[in-house]
Amino acid sequence: MQAMVEIADARKTYAGGFEALKGVSLDIRKGEILALLGPNGAGKTTLISCICGLAVPTGGAIRVGGHDVVDEYRRARNLIGLVPQEVNLEPFERVWNTVRFTRGLFGRPRDDARLEDILRRLSLWDKRDAKINELSGGMKRRVLIAKALSHDPEVLFLDEPTAGVDVELRRDMWEIVAGLKAQGTTIILTTHYIEEAEAIADRIGVIARGELLLVEETAALMARMGRKELRIELSSRLDAVPAALSGFDLALEEDGWTLVYAYDRSAERTGIARLMSAMGDAGIVLRDLRTHQSSLEEIFVDLVHGERSEGAA
Amino acid sequence: MNWTAIAAIYRFEMARFFRTLLQSFVSPVISTSLYFVVFGAAIGSRIEEVEGVSYGAFIVPGLIMLSVITQAISNASFGIYFPKFIGTIYELLSAPISFLEIVIGYVGAAATKSLFIGVVILGTAALFVDLSIAHPFAMLAFLVLTCLSFALLGFIIGIWASNFEQLQLVPLLIVTPLIFLGGSFYSISMLPPVWQTIALANPVVYLISGFRWSFYGLADVPVAVSLFAIAVFTAICLGVIWWIFRTGWRIRN
Repeated sequence: MQAMVEIADARKTYAGGFEALKGVSLDIRKGEILALLGPNGAGKTTLISCICGLAVPTGGAIRVGGHDVVDEYRRARNLIGLVPQEVNLEPFERVWNTVRFTRGLFGRPRDDARLEDILRRLSLWDKRDAKINELSGGMKRRVLIAKALSHDPEVLFLDEPTAGVDVELRRDMWEIVAGLKAQGTTIILTTHYIEEAEAIADRIGVIARGELLLVEETAALMARMGRKELRIELSSRLDAVPAALSGFDLALEEDGWTLVYAYDRSAERTGIARLMSAMGDAGIVLRDLRTHQSSLEEIFVDLVHGERSEGAA
Repeated sequence: MNWTAIAAIYRFEMARFFRTLLQSFVSPVISTSLYFVVFGAAIGSRIEEVEGVSYGAFIVPGLIMLSVITQAISNASFGIYFPKFIGTIYELLSAPISFLEIVIGYVGAAATKSLFIGVVILGTAALFVDLSIAHPFAMLAFLVLTCLSFALLGFIIGIWASNFEQLQLVPLLIVTPLIFLGGSFYSISMLPPVWQTIALANPVVYLISGFRWSFYGLADVPVAVSLFAIAVFTAICLGVIWWIFRTGWRIRN
């Protein structure tokens, strides 16, 4: 698939000497949703800032729609919409005016019908004459999105769009993002909420300390790294794993009431049927069964910590 | 050149001005009237004439310059500092516009506002004294150039300032004293010889002198020198802005 954003060895060292990006390379495909995950200070916002023009990269090359973001900044930025992390809006300005202002900044001619359509889609039409400081936090975030969409960008950057918003609004945001993707917009979002990346992203990139640790299809990442556990609750307490079950990768929890069987979900044979039958033969009676799949959060913590201990070695 | 973007910035800035039109309009009218009461009536009654011009009429060019310069600086500096302060500067930096276009939008709007105020003061002054404008085109040229050059200075201050105190610092500590000491309310020739020489180091003297010449044909320094001084000042401001543009100083990290 064609790359909408091409990042080749992007580096950013701030004046104080802090190296925020240590050579990030990444191709973002047209029409996909890419989630960038990473702890605070990982370099997510710096990467977005370098792409969008808020910061000047100190090395490497970044192209958007085939245009270099430094040498051909007008063409590159024309394609980009940015929703910043902070709710940066002029408090006394009215919704309509501020959205119209952004469209003008991007050199687009006045088009009230287009702006009306954007505001309606974001449920802001009724608030078009309201002042920004009269709006709720969630509405202000919608205004930021409306501004970013006002010039019909092909690539939309959402820097932590759901930080500090309630569950309902987060679901709304996901719907908005899904709607934009359906229209063909390429979306890059940074987030702390792994649940969010898992729910809406096609691919996930993990950044830590200025380096991209991996980029992978969300489902493949889950399958590759997602270990699954079968938790077997027993009707009578055991002191140790019975010898008859020693052929299985089983662990007995400390209280002796639960056996935990770890298996690879993507493997051809999980061994569950054999285990069940072996347990029946050994006369072990079960009370309940539960399965648990490691979440992206656990995968993420493993990755970042693994990287850290490798770095320390 | 992205003219649509320049127009968007200009319109957005002017909208802020028109939102507070009453304040923008009434404030210069009241302060000018007060100056006329204090300087024109109270002091003017003792001075009567300066070089053949009534004192009330004599101070009009200086009064206009005083307001125009302070307004141009404060409008331009606030115009660009406010987006920095509240964070909306991200929009300007991520838009497909050059720094030159940003400068034209903000400086153009600030210069327009101060020009408007200059014209309001001129109108108010005409109610108090008999005004004659000997060289109307030169008067207009001086006025527009002053608005533009000090709006450029204000823009630089707005980029430089990292808090509201710094925003006020230069206008309060440097510009206002220079204007008051620059012959707004008196002719340099009324000063003792030593102070006359010192006053020539004040750039505002050249502005006010040239502007007053366009009204009454009276000048403390030759008009050509005045024009040269304002051209040099504008060139310095443009040079600094070009340097900011090249380096991204205090804008792009």
